Amino acid sequence: MTDPQAVATANAATPLVDAGAPGAPTTLDKPRSLASDAWHDLRRRPLFIVSAVLITALLVIAAFPQLFTSVDPSVGDLSKARDAPSPDAIFGYDALGRDVFARAIYGARVSIVVGVLATALTILIGGSLGLVAGFYGGRADSVLSRFADIFFGLPFVLGAIVILSTFRDVVGGDPVGITSIVIVSMAALGWPVTMRIMRSAAIAARNQDYVRAARGLGASPMRLIVRHMLPNCAAPVLVYATIALGAYIGAEATLSYLGIGLRDPVVSWGVMISEAQTSLRVAPTLLVFPGAFLVVTVLAFVMLGDAVRDAFDPKGR
Amino acid sequence: MGLSTNEPLLEVDDLYVEFHTRDGVATVLNGVSYSVGAGETLAVLGESGSGKSVTANTVMGILPMPPGRITKGAIRYRGEELLTAADERRRELRGENIAMIFQDALSALNPVYTIGFQIGEQLRTRRGMSKKDAEKRAVELLDQVGIPGAKQRVRSHPHEFSGGMRQRAMIAMSLALDPDVLIADEPTTALDVTVQAQIMDLLKDIQVERNMGLILITHDLGVVAEVADRIAVMYAGRIVENADVHALYANPCHPYTRALLESIPRLDSKGTQLRAIKGLPPNLTNIPSGCPFHPRCPMAVDRCRAVDPPLEALPGGRSSACLFAEELVRP
Repeated sequence: MTDPQAVATANAATPLVDAGAPGAPTTLDKPRSLASDAWHDLRRRPLFIVSAVLITALLVIAAFPQLFTSVDPSVGDLSKARDAPSPDAIFGYDALGRDVFARAIYGARVSIVVGVLATALTILIGGSLGLVAGFYGGRADSVLSRFADIFFGLPFVLGAIVILSTFRDVVGGDPVGITSIVIVSMAALGWPVTMRIMRSAAIAARNQDYVRAARGLGASPMRLIVRHMLPNCAAPVLVYATIALGAYIGAEATLSYLGIGLRDPVVSWGVMISEAQTSLRVAPTLLVFPGAFLVVTVLAFVMLGDAVRDAFDPKGR
Repeated sequence: MGLSTNEPLLEVDDLYVEFHTRDGVATVLNGVSYSVGAGETLAVLGESGSGKSVTANTVMGILPMPPGRITKGAIRYRGEELLTAADERRRELRGENIAMIFQDALSALNPVYTIGFQIGEQLRTRRGMSKKDAEKRAVELLDQVGIPGAKQRVRSHPHEFSGGMRQRAMIAMSLALDPDVLIADEPTTALDVTVQAQIMDLLKDIQVERNMGLILITHDLGVVAEVADRIAVMYAGRIVENADVHALYANPCHPYTRALLESIPRLDSKGTQLRAIKGLPPNLTNIPSGCPFHPRCPMAVDRCRAVDPPLEALPGGRSSACLFAEELVRP
């Protein structure tokens, strides 16, 4: 679009220039891909800004909990058990006399690590199976889709209870072991959704001319899938991932609350909420503070997911 | 025109392809045969649904199967049978020996990569070129197909190009590995008329310069006349006439070709009614008995409903699939 006023002033300033000549583009537009368009769009969305600020803060807390509290979250002083919030410990003390604020801060790391890794694993499994099913179609698609349906049919909480109670003794008390088994079981039950999203995106992409053209110029199936289909199928899965991340953090809390997820010595919000249930009426703050952290985090990721989805949806523009 | 050798580069021999659809089996190709030699341009002409693109896709091995199925026939590249060749061997030949240009270059170029990346991709993966060399070569190719400022444009994405430029880029892409057969599937249909002429000229120049065999698929008789050496006219999945371009225009020997030529609007017959071909192309799940063109043919007689005329050779190195072919030939 040419601004008529700008043209007029330009002509007035340089009257000798032939006004009829089509001006060569002086500035080449920067290449704009879908991703850069989306980014451009995102930066103006209040929803995105709020959620991004919250998530950044959470990530900083998760990465450097020492910056926010100097108290060891696992050291308990039974004489202070269930003490109410005070300037000394702004969130009070839990049933074992541990600083609730310190635990909430240290809990962020595990909650976020569990959310991120479970999401990554889900996308890895569901995404690759979905791409393969969508690309090859036919029998491969039928087999993979029915396999996914089996997992899809398992109720999440029930499935997680079965898996986690079965493998509970195998991992013992090792914090890394406890965390990984929770991550793996959540991903094992969650991947079919990602697979379905990726599969339908892949089916749409497979019949695109650029995939046929690449095939016609001799690209191998692997190259077609990874270089030509994946970048064009990633957007819907990426959007789902941001929403799933929040859901997984919540799911971890649910499982921990039920007593089958994470457990001591691992500190997470879910573990804290789970421990709070025994003294809910005497010390409700023990539930309120980790609960608030959890709600805000899940909300932040879901808001981010919403904003990202809108930004990647070309119909929204 | 071109220096065609006796040995055809690419030969399609009695090809039959079926599509299994919900409405039944559609016989999309019904014994298609054509060949193209080095330095030769073969135009495949026909209405939509006549099977010209299906033939091309089958040659390239990118026909979706299912629903497609090759029931009979052979495709040979320099005498090597392709339909029975291993997938890996066919993949080697694609791009390297036989390449294809698609109709809509916008959708045939991957939106997420730059033009240069896409042209260079084949050079990197199949010639082992470095990223830098591949880009350099991409610039050369873009330059050859007449893209101004190729050095800057190589870093652009497809959507930043105009329609004509995209088709040029697509051509550059298909030329990257120096194929000796190029199949252009309606390369100018998505473009406006002035650009169409430029692209056709470009294709012609490249074909002559590289002595390639060019198969030009089109429904546009105007496009064909200046570029093609031979024309194969397709109707309902078969070739109804195959002739040298001058002979075909001067003396069409099939009523369908004749009707096609008569349906071109002419500047010198202003005011007269345009002569369209009556009726619709046949439903391929239910092809009429006898000659498939008989329901629309002005010359049809009873015998046309019963006998499906084979493509028979006529004097002058041409052939036609019509019972009256011999009568239509003017000596």
